[in-house]
Amino acid sequence: MVDGIKNFFIALRQIVKGGIRYYAWISFLLILIALGTRTYLQQFELGLITTAMRDQVSWGFYLSNFTFLVGVAAAAVLLVIPAYLYHFKPIKEIVLFGEMVAITAITMCMLFVTVDLGQPLRVWHLLPFVGKMNFPSSLLAWDVIVLSGYLFINLALVLYALYRLSLGKEYRLSLILPLILLSIPWAVSIHTVTAFLYNGFPARPFWNASILAPRFLASAFCSGPAIMLIIFQILRKLTKVEIENRALFKIAELVAYAMGINLFLLGAEVFKEFYSGSIHKAPLEYLYFGLHGKDLLVPWMRTAFIFNVIAFVIFLIPKTRENFVTLNLGAVLIILGVYIEKGLGLIIPGFIPDSLGEIYEYWPAHSEGLITLGIWAFGALIYTLLLKFAIPVYTGDLRFESKTRT
Amino acid sequence: MSKKIRNNPLGINLNRRTLLKGAAAGIAASALPFDKADAVDWDAFLQKHFTELTDEEIRNVIERLEKEASVEWKKEIHIGATKALPGVKFGYGLDLSRCIGCRKCVAACVKENNQSRTPQVQWITVLRFKKGEKWIDLENSEKYYNPELVPEPDYFYLPVQCQQCENPPCVKACPTQATWKEPDGIVVIDYNWCIGCRYCMTACPYGARRFNWARPEIPVNELNPETHYLGNRPRYKGVVEKCTFCVQRTRSGRFPACVEACPVGARKFGNLLDPKSEIRYLIGNKRVFRLREDINTEPKFYYFFAYGR
Repeated sequence: MVDGIKNFFIALRQIVKGGIRYYAWISFLLILIALGTRTYLQQFELGLITTAMRDQVSWGFYLSNFTFLVGVAAAAVLLVIPAYLYHFKPIKEIVLFGEMVAITAITMCMLFVTVDLGQPLRVWHLLPFVGKMNFPSSLLAWDVIVLSGYLFINLALVLYALYRLSLGKEYRLSLILPLILLSIPWAVSIHTVTAFLYNGFPARPFWNASILAPRFLASAFCSGPAIMLIIFQILRKLTKVEIENRALFKIAELVAYAMGINLFLLGAEVFKEFYSGSIHKAPLEYLYFGLHGKDLLVPWMRTAFIFNVIAFVIFLIPKTRENFVTLNLGAVLIILGVYIEKGLGLIIPGFIPDSLGEIYEYWPAHSEGLITLGIWAFGALIYTLLLKFAIPVYTGDLRFESKTRT
Repeated sequence: MSKKIRNNPLGINLNRRTLLKGAAAGIAASALPFDKADAVDWDAFLQKHFTELTDEEIRNVIERLEKEASVEWKKEIHIGATKALPGVKFGYGLDLSRCIGCRKCVAACVKENNQSRTPQVQWITVLRFKKGEKWIDLENSEKYYNPELVPEPDYFYLPVQCQQCENPPCVKACPTQATWKEPDGIVVIDYNWCIGCRYCMTACPYGARRFNWARPEIPVNELNPETHYLGNRPRYKGVVEKCTFCVQRTRSGRFPACVEACPVGARKFGNLLDPKSEIRYLIGNKRVFRLREDINTEPKFYYFFAYGR
């Protein structure tokens, strides 16, 4: 117990250790968080009228970010599979950092849902037993369960691994293997449930297509790993963590397959909608060509499409995939491409045209942007602090003392 | 009710005594002194789901809500909690051959049901279509039409409000069970339980649900003080609302405000379980249809054509 408390403070002390660059980064994030918080308090006071959402488009940028980040979180599985099932060593060494991305992403997801609520203080109504959770009928109830479960699984895995490492010991795989194996279908489930959240209602024909969940997964397995590619390179540059090139290239290769599938599924959707030409093609038409002269999202969607195609080619060809200039270009293109495609392109057109045929062109308000930025900064802060503790443990610079044998 | 041309839609005998009893309870509740503000806040925060309250708890909750409302709106407000009557399932009929698109129903609804004036909230949407043009996808409809005179010769009109589905997708969607279908078929919302996630709005195929994006504003002299817990009591910022077939009126044998307001008698209302009701006559004898029958929501809102033109 005493050890535990002492060790906790040793861990906590890590947070204040750092150079000027570290402090500058933290201050920068804190400023963004403060700005976001201030904007949120305004929204809390005045209501969601401060956003650009209205009855016609009742979900917007917050839920878009939520959906994108569920994908990022789910993508940790793309590291877990080669690491533990195929024992690909270079990735096994860094899977920890991937799981930490998942933890961060899920936390951000929860924040994005919270800021979207009209009555955030009543959020306890969602809980089972205490509140009146509508399980199994409501997919949002399912989402609460799978997301908290995924957060718990990844927290357990990361904390256990770090704990063993901090005592200078290898972790016992036999002990956590069941949890690792569970995390694989669970990762798939969080994104499937999130897709089903949109998928289940004929009121929104754009989402009411069985291709939606596969599309969600495919795009998630592009953007999540692409983010990790960038993070890992930064880690490698700024800290003593060693990450082999082979690991990065393997991730890039997996992204190429995922992007191939993603583009294929998009093509399948485009074919079905435009060839059959029924009224249900309206949202897709709105996205890529505009509808009744309203075309706010068209340039964005076309850009996203071009980005995704270029990135696909880059990641597919071994030569460009294994060149860091093109690799990073591809990663950035994918992150932007999928962020647009999934954020603006999958959520908003579900409401355009709305159930009564009205076309309300939604574009996030200034305040939505600031709050979103605040949450992203908060995510970056969590991840930085997690790393601050995890890296010295990982590299062996930080070791706890422990009298008891474990 | 005094109007001779309309039958009591419930077909039940309401005498003066029952009505007086309700009013007396309301007055008694509003006469009680105030508690400390803090205590009220905690009670509000921890208030249970409406269907889990006992009758006594409902009385206490309503007492508190009436006090809160009278402070907030600077007017005495009575909140009723009349339960669904046995043997009643409400149904609505709308005669498209009569509707002239005047939107008097919209105005009456806003007034009766205490909808926010700023920002504007309206439970009824009247869509205008050009005759002879495709109208299945509603995309060619105009919601913001504003002519000098109605009806306009080249157009026809389709009013849409909550269709009170027997199989409501919104109820399925709500993560907290804050919206549910009452035994008399009305889909209601507990405004004190709704968390404002708007998932129900995503699920609704009829665009019938409205969100309070800001605190609703209603001039004091226009506030209707006769309300129902599940119906027209003033709402909060950040919760969803919609048409309740005027639960505060219809459960005591009156017609919905829109039915009374319609100058051409296009709107019909009654008990679907009563074979002699007007609504049953219409369903049995007119050419009725329901919106989007392909998705099996089973609305209790019937559109029909009484005569051709």
